[in-house]
Amino acid sequence: MVPLLVGITIVCFVVIHLAPGSPTDLQTDLNPRVSAEAKARLQSLYDLDKPLYTQYLLWVGKLARLDLGESFSPDHRPVIDKILERIPITIIINVLSMALIILIAIPIGVLSAVRQNSLFDKVTAVFVFIGFAVPTFWLALLMMILFGVHLGCLPISGIRSLNYEYLPPFVAVVDLLKHLILPVFLSAFGGLAGLSRYMRSNMLEVIRQDYIMTARAKGLSERVVIYKHALRNALLPVITILGLSIPGLIGGSVIFETIFAIPGMGQLFYMSVMARDYPVVMGILFIGAILTLVGNLVADVSYAVADPRIRIT
Amino acid sequence: MKTDFWYRFLKNKMAITGGVVVVVLFVVSLFASWISPYDPNEINLHTVLLSPSWDHLFGTDQLGRDVFSRMVWGAGISLKVGFVATGVSIVIGVILGALAGYYGRWVDTVIMRFVDIMLCFPAFFLILAVIAILEPSIWNIMIVIGLTSWMGITRLVRADFISLKERDFVQAARAVGAGDLRIIFRHILPNAMASVLVAATLGVAGAILTESALSFLGIGVQPPTPSWGNILTAGKNNIDIAWWLSLYPGLAILITVLGYNLLGEGIRDSLDPRLK
Repeated sequence: MVPLLVGITIVCFVVIHLAPGSPTDLQTDLNPRVSAEAKARLQSLYDLDKPLYTQYLLWVGKLARLDLGESFSPDHRPVIDKILERIPITIIINVLSMALIILIAIPIGVLSAVRQNSLFDKVTAVFVFIGFAVPTFWLALLMMILFGVHLGCLPISGIRSLNYEYLPPFVAVVDLLKHLILPVFLSAFGGLAGLSRYMRSNMLEVIRQDYIMTARAKGLSERVVIYKHALRNALLPVITILGLSIPGLIGGSVIFETIFAIPGMGQLFYMSVMARDYPVVMGILFIGAILTLVGNLVADVSYAVADPRIRIT
Repeated sequence: MKTDFWYRFLKNKMAITGGVVVVVLFVVSLFASWISPYDPNEINLHTVLLSPSWDHLFGTDQLGRDVFSRMVWGAGISLKVGFVATGVSIVIGVILGALAGYYGRWVDTVIMRFVDIMLCFPAFFLILAVIAILEPSIWNIMIVIGLTSWMGITRLVRADFISLKERDFVQAARAVGAGDLRIIFRHILPNAMASVLVAATLGVAGAILTESALSFLGIGVQPPTPSWGNILTAGKNNIDIAWWLSLYPGLAILITVLGYNLLGEGIRDSLDPRLK
């Protein structure tokens, strides 16, 4: 864990320093009357004249206090504030996506494995293949056209309607959910194909095991054999896969939040990239990596909890 | 060996379909200037946002340019980006995987730890961050996409090397006095190429998807250079009045990626020694 954390900070540091020129050029380049001495003072104010490893250590110290600097945009707010006010929405959408992936992909995978080579299996195999190849942002556009423009039944931007404050509480909640349907579904779409295929191959492997034959020989009903014995064993590696798909979900949120104008971390990232607001970009890069690390840690712990054979760090 | 592969390959319908799509795409991108009816960059404000007709097979965009022509030229761009990006990722992945698998011990630990660190970053974030810092030129995109997709190949090559380095032919090469580098590149690596080939084909598909997503967001191939992704940007901006700008480029991406995926799976099935 710790070496990963250190490695993440090193990679972030290297990426920041890829920028040509010095950060103080922004304030001094356009003013020809700035003397060399003033530039040197500015450099030492920001510790830019110290050797790289010292700069790195100072920066890590700031990171530990969650001081990610100030935004370059006109409001100069601390980066950490800007990120924290947008993280909840992104996390909610990603958690809902993951729940949707689990709810849909696992039953599909199990059924495909149990009825191997049946019509269901073949049809889902085709869907999975297409699902791997579909550019999800294109699917988002098509669904926006279908549901938003032609049918007009689902909202296609933001997370609240314009008259949000005037709606009674129950309708307000429904309104929020309606806004979330398309983004969550599309965010989950990519992971659905992968997970259902993985689940299928896992189940196929488990069903061929000896203990399944034993269970059947014991006279247990097929349902108990599949859902109690086979499924539990096949589910375990799925936890790891879910952990591995977290970076994909977080990265995908950039596209969906931009398309659907959702005020989350992904949209902030995109806007900062377009505005070349480097402190915010770096801050979100770092936070994104940390979120992935946390997600993988949770996946590892859940795996240890679920599988009694694995109880080591 | 090789004829066995071709025999199995040509019997595999999936692989043939994928192969046909890939070949058609190559031909289209090579003969773009003969196939496209109009100049893809020719602005004509009399023909703005026309729906598909016999004149303009896929309609026109917001500057009156013919979408079909732009898509034909965009095919070449997508393929170029896909291949160069995958090439970069293969070079990095093979070298790191070979070193990790062959030398083992601390070299292996360091390299695999680096792989784990890189896997912690959402690839999209890293790509966007780097492109924000450097400018969005087509070369930067190719290299950056390559720099974020080498991890899987490293793992595959490392696994192959770990199993291959104990084989007799490696012992024989060592006995004859071959140096390490020679053993790695001339003896072991050719035997590991099977999984690399499959990963490369699937990698091209992924790179094309990533490039189109980047162009869609405006950080990939910049207009006026046509790319399927940036035609989709126009689609999003005109979503209520020009459905054709949203439908056709995405369909093209879907078919291309599907073709490469089928081809990659087909190659994998044809090379799989377990199905003998």
